[in-house]
Amino acid sequence: MSEPNIYQPFLMRIDKITEEAPLVKTFKLVFVNDEEGKKFQFKAGQFGEYSVFGEGECTLCIASPPTRPGYIECTFRQAGRVTGALAGKEEGEIIGFRGPYGNTFPLEQWQGKNLLFIAGGIALPPLRCVIWNALDLRDRFKEITVIYGARSVADLVYKQELEEWAKRGDLKILTTVDPGGETPDWKGEIGFVPAVLEKADPICENTVALVCGPPIMIKLTLPVLAKLGFSPENTFTTLENRMKCGIGKCGHCMVGKYFVCKDGPVFTLAQLNQLPPEY
Amino acid sequence: MIIEKKLLKQDSVEKLFAKLKADGRRILAPKAQGDEIFFEQVASASEMAKDYIQTTLSPKGAVFPRVEALFRYQMEGKDVKIENNSEPQPTVIFGLRPCDAASFAILNSVFSWDYQDSQFKSRLAQTAAITVSCSRADEYCFCTSVGGSPGDTKGSDILLTRIGSGDYLAEILTEKGKAMVTLAPELFAEAPSEDKEKYLAKVPVKFDLKKLTEKLPEAFNNNELWMEQSLRCLGCGACAFVCPACVCFDIQDESKRESGVRLRCWDSCGFSLFTAHTSGHNPRPVQSQRWRQRVMHKFSYFNDRQKYLGCVGCGRCSRKCPADMNLLEHLKAIAEAR
Repeated sequence: MSEPNIYQPFLMRIDKITEEAPLVKTFKLVFVNDEEGKKFQFKAGQFGEYSVFGEGECTLCIASPPTRPGYIECTFRQAGRVTGALAGKEEGEIIGFRGPYGNTFPLEQWQGKNLLFIAGGIALPPLRCVIWNALDLRDRFKEITVIYGARSVADLVYKQELEEWAKRGDLKILTTVDPGGETPDWKGEIGFVPAVLEKADPICENTVALVCGPPIMIKLTLPVLAKLGFSPENTFTTLENRMKCGIGKCGHCMVGKYFVCKDGPVFTLAQLNQLPPEY
Repeated sequence: MIIEKKLLKQDSVEKLFAKLKADGRRILAPKAQGDEIFFEQVASASEMAKDYIQTTLSPKGAVFPRVEALFRYQMEGKDVKIENNSEPQPTVIFGLRPCDAASFAILNSVFSWDYQDSQFKSRLAQTAAITVSCSRADEYCFCTSVGGSPGDTKGSDILLTRIGSGDYLAEILTEKGKAMVTLAPELFAEAPSEDKEKYLAKVPVKFDLKKLTEKLPEAFNNNELWMEQSLRCLGCGACAFVCPACVCFDIQDESKRESGVRLRCWDSCGFSLFTAHTSGHNPRPVQSQRWRQRVMHKFSYFNDRQKYLGCVGCGRCSRKCPADMNLLEHLKAIAEAR
């Protein structure tokens, strides 16, 4: 065939596996072919199709920042056939990766702005990519605030990084767990993300809010953001939908006439308000 | 654009097949299997179904197979070797209808916008269409309502129309068509001065397409409409499988120990699993929403994004629906709603 096969994945070697939380792991992946690795570029917010040969593909964001080339990371919860098979992989084994796909967070347009990240549970990975991206270019942004909650202390992902971020003086971080999810030595907040957000009362002027979490968290967080004065144009999220091709052909991820894989996954709340509730 | 008009004698079809085969092409033509007719590889014109309005499945599979390998892989210790497909065999589809021929451009619009699907494109490039125009139609046919006609030339390389003598008036439409004539110029005689029109089926326009496409965006929120229209829908997906323009697909792996294949398979937005998340959440949990997606995608979204309709009016979905849902009736109802 004269043109390359767009469904052929890069071969990636699992360089490091981190256990994040019960059933949640992070893989650090390096390109088997150095040349492919050197050419590979992506931007914050993009995703890929990760595959276990013999089991199939699954859609996950790229959780590492583009400011750290040479590798990518993905964080996943063992839930279905492919993530189940991924979880069984060991360091040194090879998996497939197609990408990067989808649009990006417009970080270039956010220079000189405050960034407010709000995440829940397993939805921190797509924002973690942006957080590290911003921290690696720290002087381009003003205040950076992260509000992150999970059901329990055990369910928090990137525990080491949360500690690392808390120790840095250049960002503010609030971690919270649902009531009953705390441990005796838990020092963070106790309560749901929307309540913690309201209490934190971040300023909305010159601030971009990035929200990612389970549907119920998003549903209850958006009204709080509106109350705090955040406009729909300055409120960003990243959608997920069942996907197969990732490149606007297979039809699975359509929301109205839009493809989450091509027109998203990053949308502003203003854009979401125009979409039918098919996500 | 017609390059030239010729006459192909009825008994020359067999000879043409022989010449095409000698040129290394496989020939797919309508072949009866019980009451159904499918496009299958034929060795002789005598194997073809004699009298049919429409085949059961469209010839879509020639360029977009029901199941196809995207690539194969072999595990060698910790290493993985990937093997891509070889070039497809040159293929001639004979006896498809003008509506079928028109569907190739629709499929192509999906496979070659943005990312280029090399596998589809090389299959399409290697495929030639010798279409036979329709002398008969039934109540399910509605090509004329969606921009086609029983003698439409869109998408065909040669269009044959059976005239009074039983011979074919051959319109050579493309370079691919011309190349086939060049293989056997002696079979193509001078064309009679007859006009094909009088031999074509009459398919009345059944709804106002402009009104339909104008009304759909607003109809989206009319839950009652979609509920009522889809009450009978079983979610079996037959409509998508017989459709020449349905292009949605699934990707699945199949493996045996160390070797395997990544497959692309036809899929349907009528299936509840089509949108189901691993978490259990389903953005289209009920059948009426899935039916709405089918209609909206074909007659509104496709129109907007691809500048094509996702329908050629072949009527197969309504002929084959086990619950007797008739797309045409439903489109008419939407177009004529106040």
